[in-house]
Amino acid sequence: MSLRIVIVEPDETRARLLIDSLRPLGHHVTVIAEATGLARKVRDLAPDIVLIDMADPSRDTLEAMATASGPFERPVAFFVDRTDADLTRQAIEAGVSAYVIDGLRPDRVAAVMDAAIARFQMFRRMRLELEATRRALEERKMIDRAKGILMKARGIGEEEAYALLRRTAMDQGRRLAEVAAALVTAAGLLS
Amino acid sequence: MSPPALRLGFVPLLDAAPIIVAREMGFAEAEGLALELCAAPSWSSLRDMVLWGQVEAAQMLAPIPVAIALGLVGPVARLDILQVLSVNGDVLGVSSAIETRLRGMGFGFDFVDAKAARAGLAAAVTGELRIGVPFPFSTHAALVRHWLAGEGPAFSLHTIPPPQMAEALAAGEIDAFCVGEPWGSVAVERGVGALLLPGAAIWAAAPEKVLAARHDWIGTQPETVARLMRAVWQAGRWMDMPANRATVADLLARSEHVNAPPELLDRALSGQMVISTRGEERRVGDMIRFHAGAAAFPWRSQAAWFACQLARIHGLDVAAAVGAAMAICRTDLYRANLRGVGADLPGASSRIEGALDHPTAVASERGTMILPRDVFFDRAIFDPTRPDC
Repeated sequence: MSLRIVIVEPDETRARLLIDSLRPLGHHVTVIAEATGLARKVRDLAPDIVLIDMADPSRDTLEAMATASGPFERPVAFFVDRTDADLTRQAIEAGVSAYVIDGLRPDRVAAVMDAAIARFQMFRRMRLELEATRRALEERKMIDRAKGILMKARGIGEEEAYALLRRTAMDQGRRLAEVAAALVTAAGLLS
Repeated sequence: MSPPALRLGFVPLLDAAPIIVAREMGFAEAEGLALELCAAPSWSSLRDMVLWGQVEAAQMLAPIPVAIALGLVGPVARLDILQVLSVNGDVLGVSSAIETRLRGMGFGFDFVDAKAARAGLAAAVTGELRIGVPFPFSTHAALVRHWLAGEGPAFSLHTIPPPQMAEALAAGEIDAFCVGEPWGSVAVERGVGALLLPGAAIWAAAPEKVLAARHDWIGTQPETVARLMRAVWQAGRWMDMPANRATVADLLARSEHVNAPPELLDRALSGQMVISTRGEERRVGDMIRFHAGAAAFPWRSQAAWFACQLARIHGLDVAAAVGAAMAICRTDLYRANLRGVGADLPGASSRIEGALDHPTAVASERGTMILPRDVFFDRAIFDPTRPDC
């Protein structure tokens, strides 16, 4: 029997990738992209499993649904599945949290989680790479500004300015970008 | 040798201040501690980060470690409360529609009288009042339940992340909210509602956020725990000096911390609140407190109060719940680790909550200390040895 899975994911590309990895398992997958009215939307869809990025602030809204109903009534008895510690740890490290309806067979949950974890690990790698690229770009800009300041202040050429920065960094045992940032800040204070 | 590194989780709110100040103003460094601050997007994620070892300790809503101790979060590791980070700091607000109706009835928005505000709401609201709170296990939810139980309008609690609270009010998803600053002031600035009461009008000394860590980690790292507690306690003391207020607001306003304008953050820090789009100002004596009046002391009776209410809602044995909650308050570590840096220590670790109508001298290690007013709006008294809530 196929499971009803809801993915809370505002990013369309990521949602698409998640759907592509879960549908082949034979499940019915729906995406909620908009946080407004999240509790009502989830209740209407009555899913067996809800998947959400740990970095999504709306997670607390799902958490409330999981705890509010308590053990005595279960119109929507979600709970975070922590019975399998290994799986939970992997999920948390990958950055995905799951709310699973009470009584669902553990092996069925595990299959879905394995697929979701693999996808989120990929998202995580992409995010780290993106951050590294952005940082490199910002450092590049900072070094360019520092070069500009040196060229103006000392009347030297670009290559000479760069060499001076690099030498200073080596002498002080600091990263080139740090030396450049310090110079830019100091120049800002003096101007 | 480099100092031991410690990862500390927080949610971007005004009351994360002691943790942020402990790092940014060098209190951690002075203790030989390299603090790495990790911002969390939600309380559930922050809780999981602590439980699963992605951070060693964290700022946390006071009722979360209590709920875990009561078994309401499933079979997870025990979290202990090392100290209280902030007392008070929440505000209650209503939608513009309810504000208009209340004004039409002649309600004065005095920002003081919780009984009058409750009666006003009961008259102004037909049907169920939908109230947004940040988390099911929160001081906010506990205050609202205590306030409206019995005589108020019918209500339901809805969990909304604080930065989305104004939006949810504007969209008509909720009619009112109880949220930590600056998010109440943000709703006023956006023109979607008015502030009705400070949380302190319901309970004059409500513990709001605590410093929590895994019980087993605390046991294996006594020296690191001591350094952390001293650094955070020193930060609280520094922040409570009025001269440092503007620095605190500027520090928090930075994007990697709270990312809100310093003017909005300063409202709660100064107690000078702007409660409506008309610019009405209200002065609150105890809007938020970090240090004075033994604010940081993890009173066992306060955890017991949260436990009593949670036990009632979830159908648990009240006495057992109160006992479990009191056991996680590490008054032993507070005494052992903070005595040396000048913290005055109360003679008792538990008290009758709600009994002080004015600042009162009580026995302490150095003679006497002054405890601030701590009454409930309805004069309720909570005795943890005979829990009734």
